[in-house]
Amino acid sequence: MALLQLLLAQAADTNAGLAAIGKGIVYGAAAIGPGIGIGIVVGNAISAMARQPESRGVVQTTMFLGIAFTEALALFGFVLSFIISA
Amino acid sequence: MMSLLLGVDVPPVSHVTIWESGPLGFNKTAAVYVFATLATILIFVLGTRRKDALVPSGLLQNTAESGVAFVRNQIILQTMGTDGLKYLPYLTGLFFFLFFSNITEVIPGVQFPANARLGMPLVLAMITWGIYNVVGVVKQGPWTYFKNSCFPPLGEMPIFAKIPMYCLVAPIEFVSAFIVRPFSLMVRLFANMLAGHLILVTFAVLTAALVEAGTVLGYVVFPFSFFLLVAMTGFEVLVAFLQAFIFAILTGVYIGGSMHPEH
Repeated sequence: MALLQLLLAQAADTNAGLAAIGKGIVYGAAAIGPGIGIGIVVGNAISAMARQPESRGVVQTTMFLGIAFTEALALFGFVLSFIISA
Repeated sequence: MMSLLLGVDVPPVSHVTIWESGPLGFNKTAAVYVFATLATILIFVLGTRRKDALVPSGLLQNTAESGVAFVRNQIILQTMGTDGLKYLPYLTGLFFFLFFSNITEVIPGVQFPANARLGMPLVLAMITWGIYNVVGVVKQGPWTYFKNSCFPPLGEMPIFAKIPMYCLVAPIEFVSAFIVRPFSLMVRLFANMLAGHLILVTFAVLTAALVEAGTVLGYVVFPFSFFLLVAMTGFEVLVAFLQAFIFAILTGVYIGGSMHPEH
């Protein structure tokens, strides 16, 4: 009986630790794709502005739109990492 | 030290349905929304009192006029063209309301962005969803609107290639057009504001804890933490404006997409 309670206490600790690892993995993996994606969007916007400086207004607006779309995916992961609990 | 630790306490998700607040559920979030509503109304009511002068003067009138010009040129004319101008009042109000409820994140004393709670982003995303669906159905007829959303034009290809392509593309387009759009609008605004708020809380509590600990290492490291707190506060001003702008411009893009489907 005492051994069972000891095992249950250890399992509870393990669950909390595993939940913490899970939170870290969720956000870490969620941040990779949008990081690369935003880099691609902004890089192409910069080269578009460099080729034709008159198109700066439209390119800038579209760049912000693209950043918002890709950044949303990273933020889904951020919010999910707070929802995960032991 | 214990009071500092309460600053980083994240309540469990089940607390979302427990409204610990004043009468009728009035809490800090509702107070910030009341401020945002009053600020938006006051800017436009007080800023348009002197309509007959040829040259606009005064701070409020210039703010109101440049706000409307910004929404008109950068949001409506870029995304919807000239027949989107009838949505100018709604988009101006939406943009300014979101901006004022986001900017309270950096106003000392309040320092709480009301869009860090899911309530209002959900309602605003539902309103946007309702508007672009109703506009699509009214302008194109229900079956044509549904067909244009779920079966986009794929170009010239023989019939035996078109059917498998449509079997693949149609569910994706359906989910993307009717489910992911309002959901991502809501979560984008909510998560940006929540993340910024949590970052500011973390750095503020870290600085205070380092100073209060009294160790030599604490006194050496806390200027970096304080510098990052100041830098992130400046960044959050940009994010507050940007998230309000993104919400408004995406609303414009979706309504414009319902009004003029691509051929």
